[in-house]
Amino acid sequence: MFEHEIEEKLDELLFASASNRAISRAAEQIEALPRPLQDAVLRWAGAAAQTSPDLGHVIVTLAPQTFERIGADDLGAFDAWAIAGLDAYDKDGFRAAVESMRDLDGFVAMREGRLFARFSEVEPRLARFVQGLSGRGLALKSGTFAWTDTETIFLPARIAHFAAAEDNRRLYKSLAVQLWAQTRYGTFSADLEAELARWPERRDEALVWLAHLEAARLEARVAHDLPGLGALLASVRSTWPEEIAMALPELQASGAEVGASLGWLERLMAKGAVPPAPTFCGRLEPGVAARVRTERIARDTETLKKALAVLKGAAGRKPEAPNDFSAQMNSETGEIEVNVDGEAVTLPPDAQAAAQSLLLDLGEVPPEALTPAGDGAWTPTDRATGAPELQSDRKADHYYDEWDYHRNAYRRGWCHVYEMEVKPGDGTFVRDTRQRYAPFIAQLKRKFEAVRGEDRILGRQPEGEEIDLDALVEARNDRKCGAEPSPRLFSRRVRNERSLAAMFMVDMSGSTKGWVNDAEREALVMLCEALEKLGDSYAIYGFSGWTRTRCDIYRIKSFSDAYDDAVRARIDAIEAKDYTRMGVAIRHLTRLLAQQPARHKLLVTLSDGRPDDFGDEYRGNYGIEDTRRALQEARRQGIRSYCVTIDRHGQDYLKHMMGPAAYTVLDDVKKLPLKVADIYRRLTA
Amino acid sequence: MTTTAFRTITPELEHVHSEPYYQPVSDEVALFEAAATKRLPVLLKGPTGCGKTRFVEYMAWKLKRPLVTVACHDDLTTADLVGRYLIVGDETVWLDGPLTAAVRAGAICYLDEIVEARKDTTVVIHPLADTRRALAVDKRGELISAPPGFMLVISYNPGYQSVLKEIKPSTRQRFVALEFDYPGAEVEAQIVATEGGIDVDSAKKLVKLGELTRNLKGAGLDEGASTRLLVHAAQLIGAGMPAATASVAAVARALTDDPDMTQTLDDLVRAVF
Repeated sequence: MFEHEIEEKLDELLFASASNRAISRAAEQIEALPRPLQDAVLRWAGAAAQTSPDLGHVIVTLAPQTFERIGADDLGAFDAWAIAGLDAYDKDGFRAAVESMRDLDGFVAMREGRLFARFSEVEPRLARFVQGLSGRGLALKSGTFAWTDTETIFLPARIAHFAAAEDNRRLYKSLAVQLWAQTRYGTFSADLEAELARWPERRDEALVWLAHLEAARLEARVAHDLPGLGALLASVRSTWPEEIAMALPELQASGAEVGASLGWLERLMAKGAVPPAPTFCGRLEPGVAARVRTERIARDTETLKKALAVLKGAAGRKPEAPNDFSAQMNSETGEIEVNVDGEAVTLPPDAQAAAQSLLLDLGEVPPEALTPAGDGAWTPTDRATGAPELQSDRKADHYYDEWDYHRNAYRRGWCHVYEMEVKPGDGTFVRDTRQRYAPFIAQLKRKFEAVRGEDRILGRQPEGEEIDLDALVEARNDRKCGAEPSPRLFSRRVRNERSLAAMFMVDMSGSTKGWVNDAEREALVMLCEALEKLGDSYAIYGFSGWTRTRCDIYRIKSFSDAYDDAVRARIDAIEAKDYTRMGVAIRHLTRLLAQQPARHKLLVTLSDGRPDDFGDEYRGNYGIEDTRRALQEARRQGIRSYCVTIDRHGQDYLKHMMGPAAYTVLDDVKKLPLKVADIYRRLTA
Repeated sequence: MTTTAFRTITPELEHVHSEPYYQPVSDEVALFEAAATKRLPVLLKGPTGCGKTRFVEYMAWKLKRPLVTVACHDDLTTADLVGRYLIVGDETVWLDGPLTAAVRAGAICYLDEIVEARKDTTVVIHPLADTRRALAVDKRGELISAPPGFMLVISYNPGYQSVLKEIKPSTRQRFVALEFDYPGAEVEAQIVATEGGIDVDSAKKLVKLGELTRNLKGAGLDEGASTRLLVHAAQLIGAGMPAATASVAAVARALTDDPDMTQTLDDLVRAVF
C-alpha cells in the first residue's frame, strides 16, 4: 500500500484521535513495511481503536520500531505484543498500556527466555496459598512494589531479581508470605507513624531499616509456626546485613513483637547507619495500613455489636428492657459465646468472621464490641442493606472474561457481576395469572405428569426387595419335575430418573417494559406450575446491566428454593431495568448450573432481542460473538442451551449465535406463556 | 398365612466390648445420656470425619447397649432396613433388616448419612422417632413396639448436601440435634497424637495443616481436612513414613482431584513441614 492509501485507512480507523500531521507521519513510516506487516498493523490498530482510538494510534506509531526489535518475519510475536498491550489497557488503563508496549526489551526477554516471573502467572496459585494461610480474606493485586495495606497484598507485576524464572517465582512467594506475616504477627499493631515522626528528615531510611528488622523478626515467627515457610524465607534472602545480624537474638526470640524491631530501629538510626537496598523484603506503608486497619476494626466492631443486638432482640425482649444477656470470648477456642437468658446462642457467620478478624488485629475482642448496639449508640451504616444504591462502593461478586472478536482474545476479568435481590412484590400478579389460566394450567399439569419418570420393577433378579411370584411358582414346578430351579426369584425396583436441571435466564432489559415483561412473568408462572409436577430441578435468574462494570444478576428462584410464596413474590417483582449484556449472564448462570449434580443440564434464555449494552461497544457483532462464545463455553461443560425470543429479526443472528435448532422465535408476545412450557417439554422428552 | 408359618432369622448384633477412644468436646455425652433416658431420638450434625460415628460407638459402650450401624446410600430401600423374605432351599424364611433387629433387641440403631437414603425409607423411621416408638413390618403384618433400650440415632452433614438430598423438616423435627465440629487445636492435637500413635509436637503440625486447609473451604475445597484425615496421616507417620509424604497422601490427595487445588495443598504441606 502507498502512503496515501494507508493514510486514508488510518483516518478512517483513528479519526477521533490524533492530528492529521501525526497520521501522515505514521503513514510514512508504515509505508516502508512489507505488505503483510502493514496489514497486521492496520488490523491491530483497528482492534485497539474499538476500545480507544488513542491506543490504536500508539500501536501505529510504535509498530515500526517493534518490528525492528522483534524481527519482521515474526508476525506471531507482533500479535502477542499487541495483545499484551491491550491486556494492560484493560487492566490498568492507557498509561500502563503505553508502558507495556514501549518495554520491548522486557517483551523480548519474556518471549525468549522467560527469565522473569510475572505476577499474572503466579497469582492464581499464590492467591489460593495465601487464602489457606490466613483465616481472613487477603486479596492479591499487582502494584508497583511489594507492600500490604493489611487487606490486600500488592506485588510487583514482574520480578527479575534472580537469573532463573523458578527462583523469581520463589521470591514472589516469599514476599507474599512476608506481607501476610506482617498482618498476622502484628507489625501494624504499634503506631508506626508516631515512631517514624521522630526522624522526619530521614523517614525513608527509617522505613527501610524497619522493613529489614521486621523481616528478620517475622522470619522467626513464621519458622516457628510453619517451618517449611521459614526455610523458604531464609533460602530466598541474602545474608543479613551486619546491623541486623547483631539484632537477631532479640528479634528472633520466641514470640518477639514489633516493639523489638522498634527498639533496634532507634539504635540504628542513632548510629546513623545506612540501610541496604530492600530487595527481598516488602516495603512498609504504615499510614495507609493504619487507616485500613482502623476502618476494619470499626467495621468489625459494628458488625459484631449489631449481630449481638439482633440476638438480644430475638430473645423476645425490648432492647431497653434489661434481661440476662452476656457475651464473652472463649479464650481457648477463640469463639464468642453468647448467652441469652441462660441459653447458648450461636453468632451468625459474618459476626463470627468479624470477631475472628478483631482477634487477629487486636489479639482480643474488645469488651465494647461485645455490648449489643442500642438506639443511637452507633450509627447504622450497615453495608448490606443500603447496597443497591451504592453499587460503586460494593465489590463485585464475580469477575468474568469477555470475548473480543476484534482481537480474537479474551478480555480478562472484564465484566463485574453483582448478585442482586429483587424487591419482592405482593404476589398478586402470580395469583391473577394462575386464576386466569387455571384450565390451561390443569391441562399442562396433566401433560407433564405423563412425562414424569416412574419407578420400574425388574423381575427375575438374583436379589431384590420382593419375591417375584411368577418366578417362584416356576421354580417350584421345576423342582418338582426334578429340573434345576433358577435362583433368580426376586423383583427389584429401580428408579427411572430424569436427572435434569434447568436454568431459566430471563431478560430484564429496558426493552421488555410493558407487554413483554408481563408475558415473561406469565410464562414463568406456567413453567413453575408445570415443573413442580415434573419434579425437575430448576432455577430462574433475571439479568440486566449497565456497562461491563454493572452486570446485575437477580435471583428469582435458585435450585434449592422451593416454589413458594417468596418465589412468587419475586416473580411478581421482575421488572424492566437496563441493558442486555448477555455473555456475562450466561457465564455466571452456567457456572451455577454446572454445579448441579443432574446428568442433563439445560439453559433456557427468554429474551426479546439481540445482546446489547449501553454505549456502542457491545452492540452488534461484538455482543453476538461474545454470547456465542459464552454458549460454546457452556457446551463444553455439558450444558445445552436454548433460546426463546420474540424478536422478529431473531432469525438473522440466532442461527449463528445459538446454533441451528436451538431457538424458537415467537411472532406474538401473547403466545409466550402458552408456548414456553410446551417447548420445555419437547426439549426434555 | 400367618407370620408364624415362616422361620425368622435375626442377625447377630454388634456389642462394643472395649472402650472406644473418644475425647468429649462439649456436653454431648451428658446430652446423649439424657436423651437415652427419656427415649428421645438423636440427630448428629457435623462435617465429615469429625467423630460422629466414633461418638455413637462410645455411647453404645457407655450405655452398654448393642449397636447397629447402617451406612445409608441412595439405593437403600425400605426392605433393606426392615427386612425381606428369603428362599433357602425349599423354605421361605424372613430375614430381619438391621432396623428391625435393633428394635427387637433394644439396641442403638445408627443411620449414618441419612440424607443419602431414598426419601421413602425415611418414612419408616418416623413412627420410631416419636412417642409411638413402633416399627410397622408391613410384609409380616407385624407391629413391633420398641423396648426401652431402643434408640434411634441419625447423622447428616449439612456442609455438602446437594439440592436433591435434603433432610425433610418432618423428619428432622422429631430429633434432638447435637452439633459436631472439628475440635479446638489443642484437643484435636491430642486426638491425632493418641489415635495415630505419634508425639504431640508432630500432631500439632498436622493440626496446623488441617487448619490451613479449612481456610480454603468454599475457596476451591468443599470441605477442609477432617480430623479423620489427620489421624490417617498420623498413622502413616507412625508407620515410619516421612511426615510430608504422609500428609500429601493422606490429606492433600484425599481432599481434591483438581490439579490447581492439589498444587495449593502441596504448597501448604510444604509450608508446615
